[in-house]
Amino acid sequence: MNASERHNVTVTGRPDGQAMIFAHGFGCDQNMWRFVAPAFEDDFRVVVFDYAGAGDADPTAYDAERHGSLDGYAADVVEISRELGVKAGVFVGHSVSSMIGVLADRADPELFEKLVLVSPSPRYIDDEGYVGGFTESDIRELLDSLDSNYLGWSSVMAPVIMGNPDRPELGAELTASFCRTDPAVARRFAEVTFLSDNRADLATVQTPSLVLQCSDDAIAPVSVGEYVAHTMPNGSLVMLDATGHCPNLSAPEATVDAIAAFVRR
Amino acid sequence: MAMTSAAADQGFYDALLEDDPESLYEQAPCGYLSTDPNGGIVKVNKTFATLSGYPAAELIGRRFADLLSAGGRIYHETHYAPMLRMQGTVREMAFEIVRPDGSRLPVLVNAALQRGSSGEPRVVHIAIFDATERREYERELVRSLRRAERSEAQAKALARTLQQTLIPPTPPHIPGLDVSAAYRPAGSGEEVGGDFYDIFQIGTDDWVITLGDVCGKGVDAAVITALVRHTLRALTVQVDAPDEVLHALNDVLVAHGTDRFCTVLLLRLRHDGDSWAVTSSAGGHPLPLRVVEGGAITTVGETGSLVGVLARPVFHPETFRLTPGEALVLYTDGVTEGRSGQDFYGEHRLLDSIVAHIGPHTQWPANEMMEHVVAFQHGMPRDDIAIVTIRVPGEGRPTT
Repeated sequence: MNASERHNVTVTGRPDGQAMIFAHGFGCDQNMWRFVAPAFEDDFRVVVFDYAGAGDADPTAYDAERHGSLDGYAADVVEISRELGVKAGVFVGHSVSSMIGVLADRADPELFEKLVLVSPSPRYIDDEGYVGGFTESDIRELLDSLDSNYLGWSSVMAPVIMGNPDRPELGAELTASFCRTDPAVARRFAEVTFLSDNRADLATVQTPSLVLQCSDDAIAPVSVGEYVAHTMPNGSLVMLDATGHCPNLSAPEATVDAIAAFVRR
Repeated sequence: MAMTSAAADQGFYDALLEDDPESLYEQAPCGYLSTDPNGGIVKVNKTFATLSGYPAAELIGRRFADLLSAGGRIYHETHYAPMLRMQGTVREMAFEIVRPDGSRLPVLVNAALQRGSSGEPRVVHIAIFDATERREYERELVRSLRRAERSEAQAKALARTLQQTLIPPTPPHIPGLDVSAAYRPAGSGEEVGGDFYDIFQIGTDDWVITLGDVCGKGVDAAVITALVRHTLRALTVQVDAPDEVLHALNDVLVAHGTDRFCTVLLLRLRHDGDSWAVTSSAGGHPLPLRVVEGGAITTVGETGSLVGVLARPVFHPETFRLTPGEALVLYTDGVTEGRSGQDFYGEHRLLDSIVAHIGPHTQWPANEMMEHVVAFQHGMPRDDIAIVTIRVPGEGRPTT
């Protein structure tokens, strides 16, 4: 099975256009981009995919060791991009995928000529002289709330996610629901995501990068977005007229406009 | 004076009719919140104010996510908000609301996004249920789940350890003979199987090979398998003739009182010049296959009785020489009874596999033969598989 099959890659838009790869964040899947990605299909080759353990990614795609750090997820992005022949493309990452994009760009600088980081945070936990917005115990609390929320379907739904041919009715029900994740994987992804510290990686990336920041983002505060844009040698920041952590859902037009202004420049 | 039942019913229905929408909303048996599409609270009912400990007026204008624990806020942004936008509803999400005094209220949340006439998100209706006791129960369930997972891991480790005692710890080696052996329990390999084999030396140039199958699986079968394997070791030291050893083993099993029986192949091999003198006996087991000079394959001996069933079983001794270039293949019925759909692996595939794999060209034919059987069953063999092959090195005498 190749990387495109493993990660449920969908390619739309102009086959000869510049590649634009959209990477979803923790908690969801490629559906996260359904209001944004289509706006670029006229002149870009648009790529969306699911990370291991999310959406319709193949159950075998997840490897506890490889995905024990964001580098493993970045390696997936590199693998997918190379397989699709991406050169000097645009990477658009939401939330944790922003940092995954930074790592992927560092691993193979040929792949992307521009990075769009939507609601990024290089470190979620406060540190000396740095406000990430959370304490370590906050993150433990998140992991507890994952346990609590996955409890109801961990045993019932997990077999479906693992591909249970004996119970097609469950599969049909799930097909209609978005953002399904393998609970065990999601929990480890949460740990990897929210305990990560990629501040030192930001300065190493020369690729022109755009930070899209919302006001009132409970996960990545404005000060963090500013930190990212200032620390990256070729970073810039656009404040969106949107609240929350997911402008790709809550303010898709503003998100599209900001990305378009950056990539068509 | 007591009311009649009819009068009581009437009073109940009157009260229902009098229930005005206002009090239905305010006094509902769950908290109600309405927020704008970005989560800003625009309306709450009294039940929620009471549950949360916040006066209703203080809640208006705050964001719903701000009432949650920090972990809950992340979950809200990464799961609740995206799902609500994409699906329009959220069901039974677990959160904790932080009360003004810092205490936590575990809640379950259902929410529905209402859209305007042109599809634009307008308002979110949220129902909040106190889940204090349920959450405690869930935590207990999670603890039980973790315990069960640990126990399962332990049980698997035990099964693996037990399994390892049923076959020799190191790949067998007999000077002057090419030996190979392979073993694999049924299914995904997590349950202890009933197949075993053993290869050991009892004198200079004097070796014993046993291979067998105790009926059943799991720990109970493994106990008998260990008994059989060690009894065979003890008996072969004292008794030369393989058929007599099987008689003694039969007595041990019958006396043990277990209702498990087994099938066994027992071979005694004596190195004699460039060939080997073999005596063998079978107890209800598929007969060894002998690959003679020129490539013909024949069975050796007679099948004999199952071991551990009859008071007076019959076991036949067989004596022959294995000369350079000749080989023997011992196997359990997990090989021939391997299935793919309705199709059995069968003797014809076994014979083909022997022709393909046994010879001076192959280092460890038992493994390759087993992989062939496992692949035939798409990686999930329905029974244990044990295979032992021996081959006398050399090309044999040229046929004239």
